[in-house]
Amino acid sequence: MNQMEAFSLDVRDLMARTVADLYSHLITRPTGRAVRLAIERQLVDLGRPVLSQVDFSSVAVLDYSCADEVVARLLLALRDGTVEAEAWILFRGIQDFHRDPIEAALGRHGLRAVIESGEAAAELLGPSEAAERDVWERLETLGRVSREAAPDLLFRTAEDARHLEVLARERLVYAHPVSGDLLSLRVLARSLDPSIQSPPSQEAI
Amino acid sequence: MNVLEVPVSLDHRSMDALFALALAGGTGEEPILLDARHVRWVDPVGMVALLGVGRMLLRGTGVRARLELPEGGDVVSYMGRMGFFQEAVHVFEGVEARVPRRVARSSDVLLELTPISENRDIHTLVERVQDRAGAILSRTLHYPSSSVVQFSVLLSEVCGNILEHADAPGWVAAQTYSWSRRLGRQVLVVSVGDMGRGFLGSLTPEHAGRYGDRWNHATALEAAFIHGLTRFPDQGRGHGIQQMRKQVRRWDGLISIRSGTARIADVPSWESVPPLEDGLPPVPGAWITIILPALDVSGGAS
Repeated sequence: MNQMEAFSLDVRDLMARTVADLYSHLITRPTGRAVRLAIERQLVDLGRPVLSQVDFSSVAVLDYSCADEVVARLLLALRDGTVEAEAWILFRGIQDFHRDPIEAALGRHGLRAVIESGEAAAELLGPSEAAERDVWERLETLGRVSREAAPDLLFRTAEDARHLEVLARERLVYAHPVSGDLLSLRVLARSLDPSIQSPPSQEAI
Repeated sequence: MNVLEVPVSLDHRSMDALFALALAGGTGEEPILLDARHVRWVDPVGMVALLGVGRMLLRGTGVRARLELPEGGDVVSYMGRMGFFQEAVHVFEGVEARVPRRVARSSDVLLELTPISENRDIHTLVERVQDRAGAILSRTLHYPSSSVVQFSVLLSEVCGNILEHADAPGWVAAQTYSWSRRLGRQVLVVSVGDMGRGFLGSLTPEHAGRYGDRWNHATALEAAFIHGLTRFPDQGRGHGIQQMRKQVRRWDGLISIRSGTARIADVPSWESVPPLEDGLPPVPGAWITIILPALDVSGGAS
């Protein structure tokens, strides 16, 4: 397996570089499309597994069309393979006024995304079964669980192994391809990028 | 000379009477005079519709109609502050002298009449409206401070609708008024209009077949407004209108769309217009009206 990388993308910086540096709001579908294509290009160019942290902290206005492009269509492109990149996406810097447009876009496509709001715990946004969400939240709380410990620590029902499989397939959690260890995207981000926060002691991903 | 008399009050209630004038314009064999001398009241809906009528007459006859301006100096002065004449000069004769040589923004205007023809226009107007919208929404309408973002999103979506679906330029304007007699509160009026293909034209290639004989302007509006259909086959499109409706409902406002021979609206309890009308004077494009009332801080329901 190729070495995994993490990188952060400030959405407003990306907008300044790809659309126009005069714009400060993430609005209109053409703007959203341009930003999404720029993100996709970076993921493809990297040519290796990546955790991309798409940062909305400096976005003061986000409309529904842009949320549809930058969040939902980005996830769709990765899921459907129209963008050939092995990428996990963590949407960071999500503020209250971002949530409505992002949630609406995810709901429309039946998608889920992992978001982080400041220092708060990460959150699974979008339509999910309660039991599946519970599994995700248990892993989010623990941060990292070995494959062997997963049944004891994460599963409460006979269906939970399947729920975890779906979460991993949709890249809402990270399953190490060799060890099978499970990581929440938040912990994965901190392991790969120590500048975010003091990382927990662990082996290389 | 074909003289067409403009209604005395130009707002969302007189919009259809105004549009009917465009039908009376004839073929242009006679010069047309749009007589607005008796106009006593005009709001963003009236100004955008008046520009639309001018554009329709120009399109139908090939010549600009002459606009006789209101006799009331206050009305003309207000139209000037709203930036009406910079746009009117492209569709009417008789307004050239009113176009200011230097454009100065008036402190009492929320959003001057602004043309929308490309993506950057929407970015510019959302940037421009931020400070004023913040003050007006919180002080005048008593909305929470966070509402300025929601209002910006609303503006962006409603203007984006022009570029995405109309395939033609349009205009937007917004201003607050005191509706002391009608509602006993301040309201914010937003008007967006375009001369594009309208909802029927936009949706026909993709959706007309399944409606059969029932397909017309009213069913096209219902398809977009109620069911969120768009000309794009993929999911994720068409939720702009749904989200606008949701936000306007949260603020107990009115949103209506006039297109072709029909109008559809989400009507709050304080307004009495029908939710769906058909058989109205035909108009090209789409004309969206949003009216947001101030929160009732006296203690009544808002």
